[in-house]
Amino acid sequence: MIGLYIVTAVLVLVSLIADRQKTVKGIRIGVKKFRKILPNYLKLLILIAIVLFFTEGLIVRYLGQENGLLGIMAGMLLGSATMMPGFIAYPLAGVLVERGVLYMVVAGFVTTLMMVGVLTYPVEKEYMGAKGTIIRNGVSFVIAAVIALAMGVFYGEVIL
Amino acid sequence: MNKKIKQWVPVIALALISAVLLYLQPEARTPFGTTVLDYTMELIVVLPAVLLLMGLLSLFISNQFISAHLGSESGLKGMAVAFLLGTLPTGPVYMAFPIARTLRDKGARVANIYIFLSAWACIKIPQELVELRFLGAEFMIYRLVFTVIMVSLLSLFVEKFAHKP
Repeated sequence: MIGLYIVTAVLVLVSLIADRQKTVKGIRIGVKKFRKILPNYLKLLILIAIVLFFTEGLIVRYLGQENGLLGIMAGMLLGSATMMPGFIAYPLAGVLVERGVLYMVVAGFVTTLMMVGVLTYPVEKEYMGAKGTIIRNGVSFVIAAVIALAMGVFYGEVIL
Repeated sequence: MNKKIKQWVPVIALALISAVLLYLQPEARTPFGTTVLDYTMELIVVLPAVLLLMGLLSLFISNQFISAHLGSESGLKGMAVAFLLGTLPTGPVYMAFPIARTLRDKGARVANIYIFLSAWACIKIPQELVELRFLGAEFMIYRLVFTVIMVSLLSLFVEKFAHKP
């Protein structure tokens, strides 16, 4: 995070030296974008907090299914509906594996968790358009399903 | 009603809903508070810098430069560049949307935008290190390989079939 600010500060300085007017214009563009998108981000933030609270128990309960395919489905649906940063998601995934949840279920869960965002829809739509957003999330869901099954094959959890 | 004020209605509605939920479920207050605080910090700290960079990027980097390296003529090299661009940073995927938009407007091809967003979402290098620690090398490498293959194939597929003008 500090790195990001150092990079930004250096670039702003370089840009100021190179072309003052352009820099001011660039900063204006940035500020305007920030003001425009802020309500959407706040919406996202509150939604994430609400959903996380309701699903944490569900995740542990439903992912440990006997039936692998049902487990994958549950994992992927929960992963799509929830959002968490990687540094929380992976420790949780580690706990799931320790409790005997299948690797393919964990793979489906973490991949959808990070790639499919039902909650991020309002923000994503703002930039990528409704159609682009739906396509990206749909395709990501398919990708996650294939990855989960491939993991199952490699770990011998799915017998072909 | 003013459009600017209208935008804030859902935010306030959600805040009220969560206030009621928290009132009914006192034990949820701490986790809820931590989550909101974490994300707010991220929002306040990271987002302005990202948007500032985008503002500068949109003025200083020429469209020709982007379309040469990420455009429809860029081929496999362009796909590799898109993967690389996506794996380097840190931050949640919704920080990547403004960047993706800027790249697209500057002439990057659709497949590369999908690759960039997917790489950012699930194979960021800092995040992969966490995965390595908690799930082991075998799991990480398998998932990484499958992800790269699937994302490349489906990004091309989407570009070919879903984005016909």
